[in-house]
Amino acid sequence: MNLNSLTIDAARSAVQDRKVTATALAEEFYTEIQKDDPRIGAYLILSKDRALEQAGRMDQLASRGEKLPPLGGVPIGIKDVLTTRGVRTSAGSKILGNYVPPYDCTAVSRLEAAGAVLLGKTNCDEFAMGSSNENSAWHPVRNPRDPSRVPGGSSGGSAAAVAADMAVAALGSDTGGSIRQPASFCGVVGLMPTYGRVSRYGLVAFASSLDHIGPITKTVKDAAIVLRTIAGRDSMDSTSADLPVPDYVAELEKPVQGLKIGVAKEYLGEGLDREVRYAVEAAIQKLESLGCKIVEISLPHTKYAIPTYYIVATAEASSNLARFDGVRYGYRARDARTLSEMYRRTRDEGFGAEVKRRIMLGTYALSAGYYDAYYLKAQKVRTLIARDFEEAFSKVDAIVTPTCPTAAFKLGEKAENPLAMYLADIYTVTADLAGIPGISIPCGQTRENLPIGLQILGRHFDEATVLRVAHAYEQAVAPSA
Amino acid sequence: MKVTAKDVSYVADLANLELSDEERQRMVRDLNSILDYVDLLNELDTSSVQAMAQVSDRYGVDRSDQRSDRFAYAIREDIKEGLRKSLPHDVALQNAPESDGTFFKVPKVIDR
Repeated sequence: MNLNSLTIDAARSAVQDRKVTATALAEEFYTEIQKDDPRIGAYLILSKDRALEQAGRMDQLASRGEKLPPLGGVPIGIKDVLTTRGVRTSAGSKILGNYVPPYDCTAVSRLEAAGAVLLGKTNCDEFAMGSSNENSAWHPVRNPRDPSRVPGGSSGGSAAAVAADMAVAALGSDTGGSIRQPASFCGVVGLMPTYGRVSRYGLVAFASSLDHIGPITKTVKDAAIVLRTIAGRDSMDSTSADLPVPDYVAELEKPVQGLKIGVAKEYLGEGLDREVRYAVEAAIQKLESLGCKIVEISLPHTKYAIPTYYIVATAEASSNLARFDGVRYGYRARDARTLSEMYRRTRDEGFGAEVKRRIMLGTYALSAGYYDAYYLKAQKVRTLIARDFEEAFSKVDAIVTPTCPTAAFKLGEKAENPLAMYLADIYTVTADLAGIPGISIPCGQTRENLPIGLQILGRHFDEATVLRVAHAYEQAVAPSA
Repeated sequence: MKVTAKDVSYVADLANLELSDEERQRMVRDLNSILDYVDLLNELDTSSVQAMAQVSDRYGVDRSDQRSDRFAYAIREDIKEGLRKSLPHDVALQNAPESDGTFFKVPKVIDR
């Protein structure tokens, strides 16, 4: 099989029509992983027994001539912040280095119920904190397009696995851009759904008011298929929205003529790489030629998004990560004499530098005397950022921006400067703060053949329009179209 | 400088982190550099702005004609659908660093 262009429908049909067994397909992916992954580092652990058992079930269905479920036999990767029953889930951290969850994340069990074959757990920045995947406690991930460069983060392993044909699709998580930014750097599609669209039950919590689960895929249609499968109310997550799930795949084919597309000058200003700007401007022209109406808009509080994000996210993280204390699961420091010494040494030895930095920043921002100046202030500015979008969406149906100010940077380039690393998320954090959906799709490449990403943002729970615009653009620029 | 070495010690204590001398020095530098940038927020007068703690806080606030449906999770009746059996005892203990089969074991809590 040519794994290179294998989409969800192509994989499923091949298994359905008995052109290949799901078992042989999974084995083929494992061979590819064995060959390429020592160079890339996309996977942390493989779940071969579970994958082959599921593949066997799909083969039985196909051999009996029964209709396969929507992801029947489709090999996928799962970011290591999503729990998988019986398969180690470390969240990229030493502190969970031996943690084997007794339960499945809802998004994972929904994919498996739809026939997907779980190849393994993909590498990520520790607790999803990072923009380059260099904060993984285990090993970095390299960009399949250029191994001297980062794949982005924090879902770097998921994006690299899909880009390097080591999975047909993958799940990632996005708190400040962690699905869209690596998708952009690796030249694949990454969708962050609306806050509440997908249950977070089983997601190792980083910042609960900002965390999202979503797909990383090769095509927009595949993202729609995965979203349709994982979206919808889950009684195990009280923040999951009780709203009907549209048929995102059917919605893709609706025309885009007449849609109003907003372009915000704040996303095309200082700090934007010239080649990225040209590619995005060309994409905007392409959308116009497809009949969309381009409307200039302003999102005036954009420049406050990074400082707002790094206070809100770290404050929530400092609270969420308090649970890692060496008592009930995970790593415990040896030979501590008292309980409090055990807590401190466990956390000291178990957490990496960036995680400690964020816990410290968040604890500081929440501490007596600083709460109002930092945390409350940031929550108020968050309101202003959300209002910017509300205002914009009273005039337009979607907004297009670059996903990132630059293409993939080199390993080590920003590792010593946390602030420079944070600025890599400048165009993505706004959607997390507002809770709106966003997608990154490939829109050309730099002269050095590095992928460039186009971001499309939409109204709350209007993934259908976001996907429709993305699909129309993707089809219009496809070589065969 | 906003954050001193003393602040770092105090906050590390709150966060149950020990931190080596080298880590403390670096933390002073990094936190100051990040908080200097966060000062940008003080350009904005937010005295009459409501805080947003959750995405659902914006639900119902917006009077513009958004096409999106309202957040259904903002306010809801109490329901029992989430109730389920707890994990079996042995499964709950299987990831414990130390256990006696009934309880999680920890080092001495009170020194006397």
